[in-house]
Amino acid sequence: MTLFDLRLQELHDRLHSKELSVTDLVGEAFAAIKERDGRIQAYLALNEEGAKQTAAKLDAKLSGGEARGLLFGLPAGIKDNMVTEGLRTTCASQFLKNYDPIYDATAVTKLKAADAVTLGKLNMDEFAMGGSNENSSFQVTRNPWDLTRVPGGSSGGSAAAVASGQAYFTLGSDTGGSIRQPASYCGVVGLKPTYGRVSRYGLVAFASSLDQIGPVTKNVEDAAYVLQAISGYDPKDSTSANVELPDYLSALTGDVKGLRIAVPKEYLEGVDPKVKDAVMEALKTLESLGAVWEEVSLPHTEYAVAAYYLLASSEASSNLSRFDGVRYGVRADSSNLLELYHESRSQGFGPEVKRRIMLGTYALSSGYYDAYYLKAQKVRTLIKQDFDQTFEKYDVIIGPTAPTTAFPIGSQVDDPLTMYLNDILTIPVSLAGVPAISVPCGFADGLPVGLQIIGKAFDESTVLRTAHAFEIHTEHHKRRPSL
Amino acid sequence: MSIQTKDVQHVAKLARLNLSNEEQEMFTEQLNAILQYAEKLNELDTDNVQPTTHVLHLSNVLRDDVVQESLPAEKVFRNAPEEEDGQFKVPAVLE
Repeated sequence: MTLFDLRLQELHDRLHSKELSVTDLVGEAFAAIKERDGRIQAYLALNEEGAKQTAAKLDAKLSGGEARGLLFGLPAGIKDNMVTEGLRTTCASQFLKNYDPIYDATAVTKLKAADAVTLGKLNMDEFAMGGSNENSSFQVTRNPWDLTRVPGGSSGGSAAAVASGQAYFTLGSDTGGSIRQPASYCGVVGLKPTYGRVSRYGLVAFASSLDQIGPVTKNVEDAAYVLQAISGYDPKDSTSANVELPDYLSALTGDVKGLRIAVPKEYLEGVDPKVKDAVMEALKTLESLGAVWEEVSLPHTEYAVAAYYLLASSEASSNLSRFDGVRYGVRADSSNLLELYHESRSQGFGPEVKRRIMLGTYALSSGYYDAYYLKAQKVRTLIKQDFDQTFEKYDVIIGPTAPTTAFPIGSQVDDPLTMYLNDILTIPVSLAGVPAISVPCGFADGLPVGLQIIGKAFDESTVLRTAHAFEIHTEHHKRRPSL
Repeated sequence: MSIQTKDVQHVAKLARLNLSNEEQEMFTEQLNAILQYAEKLNELDTDNVQPTTHVLHLSNVLRDDVVQESLPAEKVFRNAPEEEDGQFKVPAVLE
């Protein structure tokens, strides 16, 4: 067993008992990055000097007997759309290629306060728009299970780094599936918390009514552990929820007797048969542990992708208007202010970002607002009602995370609509704002399959309990790619 | 409802983007495909449905109007492409 195979809590204990120093653990992490990231290309920037200094400080803190944070000494990677003071943050966009943040995102502040160590910043689709990392303007991250395939996205770097042993945990962000889908493709655990659970302050905004930060980890217990550290109300994000924060680790009882599971028939239609088999097998496992499942219908599922692309793109077109070349980022050379805006944006944004800005601007423009944007908002209500009604009778909803396993690099780049449909099983959950996790539940032709467990708003505890009970009775999460 | 190249040009202007001829052509085709897919939403009768802007039950979030510390100027201008006398410099707005 290697250090990487240890759970975060076990590592924490070893660090505490001084069996292992933070300096050694961090050194181990950078050694893994140097050995593997040439092939995986998960990191956009490394924080090697900073991490070593932090490690030395933490080792000294331990010797001095000072109190340790929850994530003491644990090496983490951060998706490159969370601002990190003194560490370049690009959103994988040419527009921000030299952006030097002037403050830390709240989630980053919380990691630091919990004594975690930042290893570096992770690749993503530009401004989190995409599901394959092929929209990064800098590099295409590879799937550790098959280097010719995508890691998923947009948090592809976050998932690939954990799957390849290059970070002990990472933070990702999820707008329509951007944590769960790459976690599924890379065979790791990815949790999208309830909208409002984790502060979005310092998360570069894509679609503000949907964006949410969450952990990507090797196992469910680690996800609970990291969620505990990053959650909570933040006065700097008025949409962060001022609600009680439960103890997530104590929710992991291993007991799912009597748990009521809904399985939407729409989530099994059009899904790769091997993915479906793995999900049905997982349901059997949960059944053997005393849970009961029934097929249900979420009738508005088929409308979710259309509603999502109108809403998310509309919000994006507004949010990304801040990138105008005046205060930071690319500035085109022009003697005319209007032309400066136009040229700076045209030079700085890649094709997918332009496409979504165009779609969103159109959907919000005079004469089309009611037909597209307002219509999509109303359909969002219907989708949310599907979830509300199902949760009156059931504790969790379960299905696949994605309809297929990871697809080959380059196979969908020319067809945006097909690419969008990869998110058909994660998008409805995002529109409803409820929490969901993806956990490994098997393999199809050597590629990981993810099981999606969806819970009621602010009931991450039940989601984690279900995922954990499943995980401790299966071995899928222990498999590692050969690199 | 089908989008023409002139519509793409109009939207690009609203979005403050300069698009090449190839981009205009590509976006005309792709936006038509995406919007055609979005027509699906019209299968649903939403006359009596309230729109969801946000899943949380929040309206206005207010705080006391208390002066707090601001970011120091040197940080604010750290990424400025051009600055002068504590201001972001841009080309003249008025001729």
